[in-house]
Amino acid sequence: MALKIVKGSIDRMFDKNLQDLVRGIRNHKEDEAKYISTCIDEIKQELKQDNIAVKANAVCKLTYLQMLGYDVSWAAFNIVEVMSSSKFTYKVSCSQLQLQSVDAVLITTIINSVSLPLVTQDLSSPNQYDTGVALTGLSCFVTPDLARDLASDIMTLMSHTKPYIRKKAVLIMYKVFLKYPESLRPAFPRLKEKLEDPDPGVQSAAVNVICELARRNPKNYLSLAPLFFKLMTSSTNNWVLIKIIKLFGALTPLEPRLGKKLIEPLTNLIHRALDLLYGMVSKKNLMEIVKKLMLHVDKAEGTTYRDELLTKIIDICSQSNYQYITNFEWYISILVELTRLEGTRHGHLIASQMLDVAIRVKAIRVFAVAQMATLLDNGHLLTGNMQRNGICEVLYAAAWICGEFSEHLEDPMQTLEAMLRPKVATLPGHIQAVYVQNAAKLFATVLRKQEGTTDSLAAQETSQLLIDRLPLFVQSANLEVQERASCILQLVKYIQKLQQKEVEVAEEVTALFAGELNPVAPKAQKKVPVPDGLDLDAWINEPPSESESEDEKPKAIFTKEEPKHTRPRHTEVDEKELARRREARKQEQANNPFYIKTSPSSQKVYQDQPGVEHIPVVQIDLSVPLKVPGMPMSDQYLKLEEERRQKERSERKKKEKKKKREKHGRGRRADSGPESEEDITPAHHVDIVTEEMPENALPSDDDDKDPNDPHKALDIDLDKYVYDVQGNLQDGSQVVVSVIFENKTDHFLKSMEFNVLDSLNSKLQRPEGSSPHDGLAVPFQLPPGVSNEARFVFSVQSIVMPQKLKGTLTFIVKTEDASTHEKLDFKLHFTCTSYLITTPCYSDAYAKLLESGELKSSSLKLEGVIMPFHHLLARICFHHHFSVVERIDSCASMYSRSIQGHHVCLLVKTSNQTVSIDAKCDEPSLLGNVLDEIKHTFSQC
Amino acid sequence: MMRFMLLFSRQGKLRLQKWYTATAERDKKKMVRELMQVVLARKPKMCSFLEWRDLKIVYKRYASLYFCCAVEEQDNELITLEVIHRFVELLDKYFGSVCELDIIFNFEKAYFILDEFLMGGEIQDTSKKSVLKAIEQADLLQEVCDVHLGLL
Repeated sequence: MALKIVKGSIDRMFDKNLQDLVRGIRNHKEDEAKYISTCIDEIKQELKQDNIAVKANAVCKLTYLQMLGYDVSWAAFNIVEVMSSSKFTYKVSCSQLQLQSVDAVLITTIINSVSLPLVTQDLSSPNQYDTGVALTGLSCFVTPDLARDLASDIMTLMSHTKPYIRKKAVLIMYKVFLKYPESLRPAFPRLKEKLEDPDPGVQSAAVNVICELARRNPKNYLSLAPLFFKLMTSSTNNWVLIKIIKLFGALTPLEPRLGKKLIEPLTNLIHRALDLLYGMVSKKNLMEIVKKLMLHVDKAEGTTYRDELLTKIIDICSQSNYQYITNFEWYISILVELTRLEGTRHGHLIASQMLDVAIRVKAIRVFAVAQMATLLDNGHLLTGNMQRNGICEVLYAAAWICGEFSEHLEDPMQTLEAMLRPKVATLPGHIQAVYVQNAAKLFATVLRKQEGTTDSLAAQETSQLLIDRLPLFVQSANLEVQERASCILQLVKYIQKLQQKEVEVAEEVTALFAGELNPVAPKAQKKVPVPDGLDLDAWINEPPSESESEDEKPKAIFTKEEPKHTRPRHTEVDEKELARRREARKQEQANNPFYIKTSPSSQKVYQDQPGVEHIPVVQIDLSVPLKVPGMPMSDQYLKLEEERRQKERSERKKKEKKKKREKHGRGRRADSGPESEEDITPAHHVDIVTEEMPENALPSDDDDKDPNDPHKALDIDLDKYVYDVQGNLQDGSQVVVSVIFENKTDHFLKSMEFNVLDSLNSKLQRPEGSSPHDGLAVPFQLPPGVSNEARFVFSVQSIVMPQKLKGTLTFIVKTEDASTHEKLDFKLHFTCTSYLITTPCYSDAYAKLLESGELKSSSLKLEGVIMPFHHLLARICFHHHFSVVERIDSCASMYSRSIQGHHVCLLVKTSNQTVSIDAKCDEPSLLGNVLDEIKHTFSQC
Repeated sequence: MMRFMLLFSRQGKLRLQKWYTATAERDKKKMVRELMQVVLARKPKMCSFLEWRDLKIVYKRYASLYFCCAVEEQDNELITLEVIHRFVELLDKYFGSVCELDIIFNFEKAYFILDEFLMGGEIQDTSKKSVLKAIEQADLLQEVCDVHLGLL
């Protein structure tokens, strides 16, 4: 047996490998078909041998031939056979081959008939990765027959000890079911078990398979609903959750009870989604998103979910100081729309938003007041189901806004009337109180308007209205309402008396409520200048005596105090505490409508203007009725906003066009519509950066001598020489060494003889008939200070190793009176790099080459390389005869070819001063040596 | 179920293809060509999903490389997008800041990663860790094999 193996491997040495095949095909351009047919004959012979390595080699060659378009299906059996071998590498390449194979059916038929044992043997291999590859391969070519025969084997694998195998087996079962549906019944219980597999991977695989199955016939899987329900509530894997929800989508029509059960877990999921929305919004999409959410609000069943949506809408809109709202009229109408929700608990939230916006956005007040007046007018709609109804809180805001900014009201009288309706008395006490107080404010406004006209009777009638209606509030059980009402009632009565004497009172009544409430910035206090002569640091009273504090703070006695240690801890605690306080303060400020929150961009604004004019508000000149039939209000704003943007865009475009024209029509860029006008994003810059490098773009200047050449050290006083080893393109076994001799002496040099001690591998080529120890005459003489170049040809057998050759140069130095014989020893270093020839390679060919799969790989890491990436590439190109195939950012693929046709491919990547070089070559030792040389080059810099 | 996955460059060069249903070579070529034309013609701001023949195409561009999946009508597009992204994450983790050249250079690894992540058009494992572990093990196994071959 052992002998057989040895014999096999010796045989193998004489076989063509893939590389020979490829080279052969290239060399037989004229009669390619003939060459390939002989190759195929050889391959057939190889496949008949026992040695699996030989077969694998043959299969590799087949892979290449198949890639070229030749039919290799006749070898399907052997491919499967090689796949069944114990060598992992063979298998991987085979499974690749089969994937690409056109005639999968043919292969599988053969597998079926002949080599089924081989595959099954693999399936039960002790190595899980062998089995894994078998399964992966199988998944690509399951046929009905194969499915039938292997179903039971795969079922066994579903309870394999390794989760890696289990999950693959579960997935492949789906393919088996498709081809051989009878297997479903026996396999199903086990598949169901896998839903509760401890390994999440297996679990998700099982969910995938069952979801696929259930989609085709949901009815059969209703019994699994409880199991899936459990999974849905317990699983945190989003991938699985999505599948399960899809499945439930198919199941619910069949089982109505399921729907109810699903509400809770689904809303939980929706909450997560809503949280995402929070971060998603921008100025552009806010309206759109809120519109979608409003639709959901309308459709939502169940108040909790609706409340959740409501808070989310407000959260989203109000986040970072209303950063994303471009149109506050729209926002107010959204808030008004939200008040139509029945039974929400968040009335106070809406109310505080209304107050906040109305107070802080001056420009919006006219609009807000109009909306609030309508709201007050329709107050009875909101208070339908009074006490439990939280939405009536908005009336608090509405009343206050209408009162405070009553000068903006169109018809204050009507609003006043609405505020004093008997029905108001059923509202909660604190709201009534606000009503009463603001009724007084309104009263002042109304008086002023009415006194302006000649009709003085109207003013008296207004007073009468108050006197009639207020007693209702005086009787209120709520203290505050009562107090305010009786106070105002007396005031009005007094006013009426004055009115009857025809005294103008409006001015004085208005004075009661004079002064505007301005919002205060949180940092306002800091901006107040400290008055002269006030020293805030000075003690007002003398500090308490030292002795008292001594008791509180015990002194350290045995150990020295180390302030260094305690201090950071203190600050840490302080910082935490501070953060907590800051948070609390923020909360407080957020709830306090009289605070302006700092906007990060402009802090200075507060200094000179207390208002909030800088909040962008779009003035739209239109009178909006509260309800547009058939269309909610906010939609209108959405439309308007779109129109506005459209307009802006077109204006911008016009401007750009103008600019273009000004540029003497040089703007070659076609006007490609509004979409691309907005696309001026960094994407374009990226394009420029990733622009492809032209082939062989880096400098590879051959004339330039390497300053780092180690042989410069050989610079001896007599004679200097520099040499360059160059591969011979025509002959794979020859290198040419060109040596430059320079005479640095003051004397004439002649009869130079160049001799090298040959090694087994490399020999200096001498003229016919000379012995291997003879030197070669240098065909010139050197006068003082002159240099000249001579070339010597070496024959090289193996180029995979670097080599050093010893040599001597003998010459005669001719002085005026005598001639002396001199000798100079030197060493020639044949690096592996010197066997490489810079060869350009197109990226397509490069990809093909790598795909052939015959290359061995190796890698190298260089640390602390600080040169720019293109210098690095240039260095590799120059010193090691590579050319750049493609470059993308900080990653480049490079190629070179040896004189004997070895391909060397590099992938160079850099990040953080670390350069990693992945390399592939069909000759591992050559590759290793080249990499060593590259490493050496960079260790010198 | 996923029907196939394609990776191609901005220049329209196919870098990786994986078919989960048996398709004739000629049809494959035709589909690839057609799909590449459609996808490459799309502007960056356009939707990542499109309907094509009876399939849904989900694609995403990473640097110069397009990842393009074809799924069946009932499949969820968003999860397909996630599948693409997870695959990219896996590649990135394995290669370390992956780029197009990695996929050309180590294409067999890219296929292997894909095989460990998706099988027969379904997700095999959603855990990055376990996928990468499997690949690591397989790499190790292959190295051992190579050493054996070297000795032979």
